Amino acid sequence: MRVALPLRALVQRFGLFFLIVAAFSLMLMGKADSLLFDSIRSSVADVVAPILDVMSRPAEAVSGAIDNIRELSRLRDENARLREENAQLRHWETLARNASDQNAALRSLLRLAPEGSLSFVTARVVADSGGIFVRSMLVNAGARHGVMKGQAVLSGEGLVGRIGAVGDRSARVLLITDLNSRIPVVLETSRVRAMVAGDNSARPKLVFLPPNATASVGDRVITSGHGGGLPAGLPVGEVAAVGDDGIRVRPFADLDRLDYLRVVRFEDVTPPVEAARTTERAR
Amino acid sequence: MTAALLLRLDRISRSVAPLTLCIGLLIMAALPLRLPGFGRVAPDVALIAVFYWSVYRPDLFPAAAAFFLGLFNDVLIGGPLGASAFVLLLAHWLVRSQRRFFVGKSFAVVWWAFGMVAVGAGLIAWLVAMALALVPVSITPALFRCVLTVALYPFLTWLFARTQSSVLARR
Repeated sequence: MRVALPLRALVQRFGLFFLIVAAFSLMLMGKADSLLFDSIRSSVADVVAPILDVMSRPAEAVSGAIDNIRELSRLRDENARLREENAQLRHWETLARNASDQNAALRSLLRLAPEGSLSFVTARVVADSGGIFVRSMLVNAGARHGVMKGQAVLSGEGLVGRIGAVGDRSARVLLITDLNSRIPVVLETSRVRAMVAGDNSARPKLVFLPPNATASVGDRVITSGHGGGLPAGLPVGEVAAVGDDGIRVRPFADLDRLDYLRVVRFEDVTPPVEAARTTERAR
Repeated sequence: MTAALLLRLDRISRSVAPLTLCIGLLIMAALPLRLPGFGRVAPDVALIAVFYWSVYRPDLFPAAAAFFLGLFNDVLIGGPLGASAFVLLLAHWLVRSQRRFFVGKSFAVVWWAFGMVAVGAGLIAWLVAMALALVPVSITPALFRCVLTVALYPFLTWLFARTQSSVLARR
């Protein structure tokens, strides 16, 4: 069994060289054929996800306890703030009911085609260290729960990202701040179409605005639903800065503190012709 | 017969102890801590492990272990497959080739050397990330991560040294 010492040294040296080449070619191949690599990655993630799931519970309990203590000390202020907010929301509720009734009436008048139906899958974040150059998270729901690639992922406040890769019982969420994230959006009030493009910073950029269109600080940004895949009208963020550095969007979702997420299962019922036209336009 | 088998099992478990420990640490490092921004600059546990074992027990930590650890890390953090493996292998190669330097040096000197390796690894990781993304990427997170990694080094070294003396030293 024993290999002669010089030979072993030789194997070791060239073994290292071979492994470096292997790592390098894996990177290149992963860039060329991401489909195969996604499936390998997902199956490994499936194995690790349950372990992470169990191990992250104590961490969650601790952070929950800390939050509790913090909230206790602010209970009175919080109560007053909520009372005020509640009064405002009641007012908004009345307005929303009126608008909703009116909307339904107008829709039936126009015989508007129904939009896609939404349903949700709730998932827990089990790993969030995306490393320095990737903004992503692992959640504990996968294909067996109905999660599919490209679906939108929401927190309570707004859009978090899209499903980038799916395993059987885990999925990776590509955050809207990631370098590879592109979300078709509209500005809520001016209905200007654009794209929210991540660049790994905390505030993604608003790009591809039509010529002459402008955005101003405070504009709400919502998904446009163009190109299918994402339902229209999901809150994304608000314009935080307009300057030399481009137009920056502050996401509504607090991407640093996410526990539970909702994956939006969206059945796109746009007629095929219309869908084709939309993709054509998107190009 | 049974004794021989036990002895063999014992030897196998000892030889995989460093790698198992590293995988456990990587998983712990990936857990959501909900500290603002921490996920972006979380210290590079794998680099510390590769450095430590390559310096002190290279017999238990071959290049293949560094490769495997890197791939596992890439899958865990969702980065480009092979990128971490590439960086860790380079670090492993560097340390192995300079191993004579580390023999009998004080902790502070080895720590300083680790700092150099960490900066180099951060730079290469940054270059690889840009080459794969084909767009300029900010280097700031890499620098922060570098500082945190160097700061974490003494603690992990202590843990590894404990493992080494309690599990591995008995021959």
